[in-house]
Amino acid sequence: MLSRTAENLYWLARYVERAEYLARTIEATLRVTALPNTYIGQTNEWDSALLTAGVSASFYELYEEANETNVVEYLSFSTANPSSIRNCIEAARLNSRSVRTALTGEMWDTINSAWLELQSVWSGGAKTREQLANFLRFVQETSLRFDGSAYRTMLRNDAYWFSRLGLHLERADNTARILDVKYHLLLPEDEHVGGPLDYYQWTSILRSVSALTAYHWVYRETLKPWLIADLLILNDTLPRSLASCYGNLVRNLDQIGVSYGRQGAAQRHARGVRNRLEHSNMQDIFQHGLHEFIQEFIADNSRLGDIISKQYLI
Amino acid sequence: MAVAFDEMNGPQGELRPAYEELSRWLKETPPDALEHRRQEAELLFRRIGITFAVYGDSESTERLIPFDVIPRIISGKEWTLLEKGLKQRTRAINMFLKDIYHGREILRAGLIPDDLIFQNPVFRPEMNGQDVPHDVYVHIAGIDIVRTNPDEFFVLEDNARTPSGVSYMLENREIMMRLFPDLFARHRVAPVEKYPDELLSCLRSVAPRSASTEPTVALMTPGVYNSAYYEHSFLADKLGVELVEGRDLIVKNDEVFMRTTEGLKRVDVIYRRVDDDFLDPLTFRPDSALGVPGLMSAYMAGNVTLANAVGTGIADDKAIYSYMPEVVKFYLGEEPILKNVPTWRCREAGDLAYVLDHLSELVVKEVHGSGGYGMLIGPAATKATIEAFRDKLKREPEGFIAQPTLALSTCPTCTESGLAPRHVDLRPFVLTGSKSVSIVAGGLTRVALKEGSLVVNSSQGGGTKDTWILDE
Repeated sequence: MLSRTAENLYWLARYVERAEYLARTIEATLRVTALPNTYIGQTNEWDSALLTAGVSASFYELYEEANETNVVEYLSFSTANPSSIRNCIEAARLNSRSVRTALTGEMWDTINSAWLELQSVWSGGAKTREQLANFLRFVQETSLRFDGSAYRTMLRNDAYWFSRLGLHLERADNTARILDVKYHLLLPEDEHVGGPLDYYQWTSILRSVSALTAYHWVYRETLKPWLIADLLILNDTLPRSLASCYGNLVRNLDQIGVSYGRQGAAQRHARGVRNRLEHSNMQDIFQHGLHEFIQEFIADNSRLGDIISKQYLI
Repeated sequence: MAVAFDEMNGPQGELRPAYEELSRWLKETPPDALEHRRQEAELLFRRIGITFAVYGDSESTERLIPFDVIPRIISGKEWTLLEKGLKQRTRAINMFLKDIYHGREILRAGLIPDDLIFQNPVFRPEMNGQDVPHDVYVHIAGIDIVRTNPDEFFVLEDNARTPSGVSYMLENREIMMRLFPDLFARHRVAPVEKYPDELLSCLRSVAPRSASTEPTVALMTPGVYNSAYYEHSFLADKLGVELVEGRDLIVKNDEVFMRTTEGLKRVDVIYRRVDDDFLDPLTFRPDSALGVPGLMSAYMAGNVTLANAVGTGIADDKAIYSYMPEVVKFYLGEEPILKNVPTWRCREAGDLAYVLDHLSELVVKEVHGSGGYGMLIGPAATKATIEAFRDKLKREPEGFIAQPTLALSTCPTCTESGLAPRHVDLRPFVLTGSKSVSIVAGGLTRVALKEGSLVVNSSQGGGTKDTWILDE
């Protein structure tokens, strides 16, 4: 297929995934900030929301204070923030339009309808918390519908695999960023210095990757920070874990490699990252330093993006 | 201006046979049901994203072309005549182009003044002596037809460069079949859905000799901001070919390749929806970012076929238009089946004088204009507009032609005050391949939605209708 088409499909999936992630982050933050201070401590959760979205620096160029109004505006509706939800949907629509032929009717309809709704219903942003809740639900449903349409209607060929690559790469990045910002809350028992306040932080982390229920099913335990880290990093049954994302990335890259009859740097690099995740356990990771581990992962993941670009998309 | 001929209620107000069933159906159908369907159609268009951009509007503006749910019906007999005339005209156009870029017999015969060709900016000297596969220059022609009475069809304009609108012919039909299955069941309407297949085989038939037995076809678009982008993506999808932009293509050793995820892949036929000027910055406009450097040299080497060929503008130029009846006779030795609208060539002193004296009655068009821009409709214009136009005309008479204001036929159309007659034209699409000329029975009917308006262009508030050719 055309390199430009592959690139557009790849970014289309990334934008949709990012929009959903931002919506989840805002939702989880709203929830945790609604708690009385005695439950959550003095941290500014809106600041960490900006950090996990990776837009803290650009935010402070425009705003003085990271409070609910400003951060929600910046992450959801701002046109100044290139990766606000609004801009993600706009970009997804533009990408869809230029690869119309590679999308199924259902996928196009999802993105186009979302874009139309964004313009008609949400052009003025959300005026109340209720409206905001509706908006966030709308964004998540769009992503679910898009993902579901892709899964149910696309031919299983390179178009599908490139769009999946975008999805999993973005997802891995998002999960890793939460871990990067919140790693200090997830250290093992003997290093952990937090108190009961952290409990709500933990649920918030799990919520932002929609894994709160999953945690209980996997561990059948009360929340333990190191198990949360284990779930998000190493447990490949959780779709948003780093291990699961890399399992999928390796699989999709292999499918592309087989179909083209050629493997390359992208396949090797992805396999390397996956092998490291497969052969790690939380004890080693904690010993090596959780934060360092996460930061290396983020760098590796972004390197994979560059390699895929070079190998296929340019 | 005479009272317009209505295609449903003929000259004496009698119901014409092709419309009998429709008329019955309209009487049975309550007006709010029609309005309801109209809204449904609009919703469908918006959801599918059948939009176009209007130049001059901000980049992000996407508009719908208004769709009128009342079909325009043409009888099988009328169509047979039209079809013959369209094929004849398209054949003549292709022969004319071959002659202009080779022996120039028509110039030697003194039928067309030399300077009208050689001074014409759309004449491409690069094409002199250049052979194109099977002598086909215009693979896809969109010929605009109007009528003024039951028996006469006129060609208003030949579109031999990159005619658009065929996606509306196809989509309008799809939507009508969805909205009015009953109405279809009561008619025998010739299908249009074969058009993409016919287009593809037409394009494959003109592949260069150096192509493999399975030639690769691609559709080249200027990109998402082009006003006809929807059509480009729609057609690429229906044809099952890649939709490429200039940046997706690269020329190596006079062969054209597209950049794919598996490396470079050779392209044999390019259905290009990019104007000549923007095809290749090395040959034409150096500032064009839409084109492909070296594309012309690959074309000259015969390694890629461009459809339509380069330089076809010389055949649909409005100044050349007035010579079309002679062109048909000259090459085919036949009387033209479709008439030309009488045309005054403002470059000729006698004609100019007449035009200047009758501006308030005439339609004056720019020779190189399109899309209904830069046109004067005398009867509808204010004095000031006419005077401004008079100055323009005097300054550059060779830039204009004039025609009488035709009383274009009307068709019943949904308006705010119920059904009312509105002026229409018709653009059928003629395909010319290596072996044959073919036309899918149908076309794009454009309708001027404003009462009394004669301008059907979508950029000027025109709408479209589904066009039914009855299979009798």
